[in-house]
Parts: sequence; structure tokens; C-alpha cells
Amino acid sequence: MVPLSWYIILSALTFSIGVFGFLARRNLIIVFLSIELMLNSVNISLIAFSHYLQSMRGQMLVFFIITVAAAEAAIGLAILIAFYKNNPTIKVDEINLLKG
Amino acid sequence: MSMPQVFFAYFAVTMVTLSVLVVTRRNPVHSVLWMLILFVHIAGLYLFLNAEFLAAVQIIIYAGAILVLFLFVIMLLNLRKEETEKRFQKQWPFSVVAGIVFAIFLVLIVKNIAVLAPLGPYTAETMKSEGHMMTVGTVLYTEFLLPFEIASLVLLVAIIGAVVLAKKRIE
Repeated sequence: MVPLSWYIILSALTFSIGVFGFLARRNLIIVFLSIELMLNSVNISLIAFSHYLQSMRGQMLVFFIITVAAAEAAIGLAILIAFYKNNPTIKVDEINLLKG
Repeated sequence: MSMPQVFFAYFAVTMVTLSVLVVTRRNPVHSVLWMLILFVHIAGLYLFLNAEFLAAVQIIIYAGAILVLFLFVIMLLNLRKEETEKRFQKQWPFSVVAGIVFAIFLVLIVKNIAVLAPLGPYTAETMKSEGHMMTVGTVLYTEFLLPFEIASLVLLVAIIGAVVLAKKRIE
């Protein structure tokens, strides 16, 4: 039997890798991928809790998180394409139009 | 180690390795393909945890829809010159430190976690006898009916928003 804490530690580690990717990468697409990675690690922990508590709520939350992640990816990539038409770069350190 | 623990160890090591590969590859297409393998592994982990429906959803939506969307966007953008430039921003050592500190804190917090709350009725045996889809559907359409409808609204907003944002301006 696998203890619950193993799943949560795995989730924490993948979440931290996602945090690193979000903070460090210059490519906006990979920043989005890091966000998806973080969402997935949260999903793992929710499903593990759901299994060990013998409840369905964690699985339902994961269902809605996947819905929101799909919406977020669609909108985020649409914004990315709209931005790229005006200003052909996707490096996060060169997207600084709002800098004073 | 018992058999489930060996399986879990395989999944854990593979998933951490694949996550590192996803956030460090230079070519975004490679990142997306590693992410695809990672999602398949996550779906396998869901099967372990008695969540067959979500394993299928993980494959169909994440691997089938979201990653294909990412690949299409990479195709639309011209990223040839990316491959010769720096991958990381100049503050990347601080990002490494932030990630490691965050991981240590999280692991210290959760390493002794245990289930204390009263257990619910959905054991593996009841779900097996009733059918997993049946259980999920019953809970989804009774207890979570309002969130389910709101989720459809979120998807509608996403559809309209994506079309409005990405379409060509007609002057």
C-alpha cells in the first residue's frame, strides 16, 4: 500500500518544477506549459486525497480544474497570437510595453 | 518494497524527470512532446487512484486537445531564431533557489500527512460494484449540478474570447 504522503510529495515536487519553469523561462509558450504542469500536480494531490478519504469531491474538483485549464489555454494562446501580430516576439523579458 | 510501491516509484521518478525535461528543453515542440508523455503517466497514476473517468479525461482533453492547441500555436508563430538564443532569463539562479526552497517547505509540511477526517462512502469496492462512471455521473449531476452548469458557461466564454482575440481585424 502506497502512503498518502508519497503522492503529496510527488505533487509538491512537480509543482516546484513548474514554479521554476514559470519564473525562469523566456519563452512564453513554455511559461504556459509550466502553468499546465502546476495545475496537473495539484490535480494529482486532489485525486490522492479523494481516494484516501473515499470521497468523490476531489475528483469533481479535478474535473472543473481541467475545464478551467482548457479555457485558460485557449484564451492565453489567443492573446499570445494577437500580441504576436503586433509585436513579433514571445520572450517574456521583451514584452515590456507597460514598463514606465 | 511491495508491488504497488515499485510501480509508484517508477511513476514518481519518471514524472519528475519528465517535468524537468519539459521546463528545460530549448525547442518548444520538444517540451510539448515530453509533456505528452508526462500526461500519459499522470493518467496512469489516476488509474491507480481509482479515478478511471479522470484518466480518460486526462488523455482526451489534455493530451488530445490542449497539447494539440499548443502545437498549432507553435506552428503559427515563427520560432526559428529562438533556437540560437538564451533559454533562461537572467535571474534564473534565483528561480532555481525559489523552486528548491518552495519544494523543501512543501515536503516538510506534507511529509507526515495522514487521513484523519471521517471517511466517505465511496470505497473502491462500492465503486466497482456500482460502476465508476455511474458514481461520477450521479455525484456530478446532483451535488455538483450548479458548478457543472457554470463550467459550461466558462467554456462558452473561452470559445467566444478565443475567436474574438485571434481573428483578423476587418476594418
